[in-house]
Amino acid sequence: MGGYAVFVWPSYALTALVLWLNWYLPRKQHEKALRQLKRRRKVDKK
Amino acid sequence: MFLWFHKLGSPPHFYRIAGKWIPWLSWIFLMLLLAGLYGGLIEAPPDYQQGESYRIIFVHVPAAWMSLFIYVVMAFCGAVIIVWRMKLAEVVLISSAPIGASFTFLALVTGSLWGKPMWGTYWVWDARLTSELILLFLYLGIIGLHNAIEDKRVASRAVAILALVGVVNIPIIHYSVEWWHSLHQGATVTKFDKPSIHWSMLIPLLLMALAFQVYYVLALFQKCRVELLQRERNSKWVEEL
Repeated sequence: MGGYAVFVWPSYALTALVLWLNWYLPRKQHEKALRQLKRRRKVDKK
Repeated sequence: MFLWFHKLGSPPHFYRIAGKWIPWLSWIFLMLLLAGLYGGLIEAPPDYQQGESYRIIFVHVPAAWMSLFIYVVMAFCGAVIIVWRMKLAEVVLISSAPIGASFTFLALVTGSLWGKPMWGTYWVWDARLTSELILLFLYLGIIGLHNAIEDKRVASRAVAILALVGVVNIPIIHYSVEWWHSLHQGATVTKFDKPSIHWSMLIPLLLMALAFQVYYVLALFQKCRVELLQRERNSKWVEEL
């Protein structure tokens, strides 16, 4: 990277990390929300 | 057309459609991303002035464009909320906020990492950088305000107004490099003239911009689905999931 690697790669790495988080966290939240719904339905049936 | 729009605006329909689109959008995003990275990091030659450091452009500029674009989407949703009280617009507005904040943060940090080798400093308080920082605070303000109000529908109206007021910052950011003396360079792509950037750099740049655009829709759909589930947890369609 012609001496600029310390600036270029962190830029790309940080972008990858932030985009990944914005993709991963909602997925986790979605699973959690569905699980809660299921649990609530079970409680309602009893 | 109107009927289609109306149908799309209904939470259960949107929830289902978004779920169907997510895998497709993921693949399109990945392919655009790989093509853009290949073009930007391998095919494109080094810049005659900035050497290899300019390669930051392929993440910096698309992130900065997205930071503006997402805010405009949110302001548009704000207008829709105030005029029609459309539920889906409320969900899209608040789901966009963290994504927009992320892109703004990335534009600032990658710009800073580009500024150090080229300008000799990570940060200056000039018009472009300061107005972009204000944009980050607007995003954070919208998220904070939304979290502070218990009733989601009231919260949505409050953030709609904030989003609409803040949109005045968008043209300021775009024209800041013309209106004030700035360390930041002027526009090379988004101007009426022919872009003053060589096609070998322009094509990967546009590919990355398109990839980020698809990514936004993808991330937005995922976030919207969660938000919809939480808001509508007592409604019939969620019960039937």
